[in-house]
Amino acid sequence: MLEDGPRGAKPKKRFSRNNIILYGTLLLVAMYYILPLYVMIVTSLKGMPEVRLGNVFSPPVEVTFQPWVKAWAEACTGINCDGLSRGFWNSVRILVPSVLLSIAIASVNGYALANWRFKGSELFFNILIIGAFIPYQVMLYPIVILLREIGLYGSLWGLIMVHTIFGMPILTLLFRNYFASVPEELFKAARIDGAGFWGIFLRIMLPMSLPIFVVAIILQVTGIWNDFLLGVVYTKPDVYPMTVQLNNIVNSVQGVKEYNVNMAATLLTGLVPLIIYFASGKLFVRGIAAGAVKG
Amino acid sequence: MSDEQTNADRAIADAPQRKPIKWLRYLPAKIASIPMILTAMVVFVGGSVWTIVHSFTKSRLLPKLDFVGLQQYERLWGTKRWLVSVENLAIFGICSLIFTLIIAFVLAAMLDRKIRFEDAFRTIFLYPFALSFIVTGLVWQWILNPDFGIQKIMQGVGWESFTFDPLNNPDIVIFGVLIAALWQGTGLIMCIMLAGMRGIDEDIWKATRVDGISTWKTYVVVIIPMMKPVFITSLVLIAAGIVKVYDLVVAQTSGGPGIASEVPAKYVYDKMFLSQNLGQGFAASTMMLVMVIIILVPYAYLQYGGRQRG
Repeated sequence: MLEDGPRGAKPKKRFSRNNIILYGTLLLVAMYYILPLYVMIVTSLKGMPEVRLGNVFSPPVEVTFQPWVKAWAEACTGINCDGLSRGFWNSVRILVPSVLLSIAIASVNGYALANWRFKGSELFFNILIIGAFIPYQVMLYPIVILLREIGLYGSLWGLIMVHTIFGMPILTLLFRNYFASVPEELFKAARIDGAGFWGIFLRIMLPMSLPIFVVAIILQVTGIWNDFLLGVVYTKPDVYPMTVQLNNIVNSVQGVKEYNVNMAATLLTGLVPLIIYFASGKLFVRGIAAGAVKG
Repeated sequence: MSDEQTNADRAIADAPQRKPIKWLRYLPAKIASIPMILTAMVVFVGGSVWTIVHSFTKSRLLPKLDFVGLQQYERLWGTKRWLVSVENLAIFGICSLIFTLIIAFVLAAMLDRKIRFEDAFRTIFLYPFALSFIVTGLVWQWILNPDFGIQKIMQGVGWESFTFDPLNNPDIVIFGVLIAALWQGTGLIMCIMLAGMRGIDEDIWKATRVDGISTWKTYVVVIIPMMKPVFITSLVLIAAGIVKVYDLVVAQTSGGPGIASEVPAKYVYDKMFLSQNLGQGFAASTMMLVMVIIILVPYAYLQYGGRQRG
């Protein structure tokens, strides 16, 4: 946009036409993105009569927390009517061991791959990374058989194992690349001082890799919490994770649809990753960028 | 292979020599790699081979090595539900690719204009990505509900004949799913593109300004060609995600109305775990693997094959 006239830096106009278009568009798009969150919140705070009278966007006239209570403690799936709390605790019991186990295995493994390469280590690693692109559907049934053989099919520990397996490619890649960037002088010095595999890992590598552990935790917590397919395949109804139970509550065909309870349940399920997202800020972006660029 | 030598090798060369027994060398590293080796060989390679082999059998309730050649595949491609699933995936995939790339690029370009509140906007565009497909599907099912959602609002403000009920209309139901998918996924691609734009040298902008090229034209002629690697990464990301689409459809439409919004991943699950037709499930999942290979081979070629020649 250079025309005849002074060539120096143009004084910035705050309300130029371009700026109005730019900010206007951004605001409009931002509204589209916020809308579903807004709809979830307002619907979950209305009573059923109000939901039936209004539309999804109308704010609640009389705020009630009854739908939240009902979603948490009374909503029914099948014959069980103890609400989403059961799914929540199942998810927690799946999440904590899965995250710890997968990160423990992958960090040690990534460290081995970066600093202690042995014959064949890169080959197995490449197979692991290529394996990350295979659709889960291809491996679903063989894993069912494996789990059945070791007696874990349908149990929480079976699902924990599956999460550890499917989390392995990306986590190992993450840790391997991180440990490979550690200056080798450090490693050499420790070797000469007589430190072994575990000594170097625990006393040198671990203390300096806190950020990458946080990234890995964020990645795993959101990924495992949001999983649906693996949960529905490898667990039984009484240990279903929260996402599966949520889907069963909302999409059940029996009874009157209670939209406000459904939205409260949906919001409850989304709360954990949302809190992590808003609390972790830039680290979350780093985590998903790492998770996104698999291979 | 001399540059393959690792830190440990070099350190050992400096350290006083011991004579290690060969397989005991690096033993802790080997032990630490056992889970990876098992996962790679037993689950990824073994599992895939197992499924592919069993797709040529007539397994029903239980897997059996009772070979019937390509019969399962013939049945698969003769099943209406599978054809609808593949067609849906194609429509959904192409639209989702085009719209995601365009929307993400435009948003990233706008955020790159040194605007105020950039962090706030980015946070808003990305937060849906933190939510699961189940949550995404259920919210959009509610927003698109004809009796309470967008349709009712438009009718409420006086546009009586307005109809927008994608989730109950077999012809356009897949676009209802698309709206939700775009809401969930564009933020991630936008972030990747924004990172790509930040990597472009400021001098290029100065040069185009001196040459009097408009902002608009600079993006199309200069910036987009420079961002080719970022576009390829985004493309692969979106494509790999599309093949796996499952949760979103289950939550938002359950494949309905009728079979209008079925997708291949759901076909696999239903055949394997609901209708005890394992052979069909194996054949369908093998086809999904083939789809992924078709997407990834050109990418691998571009990434690695091209580099060798260059």
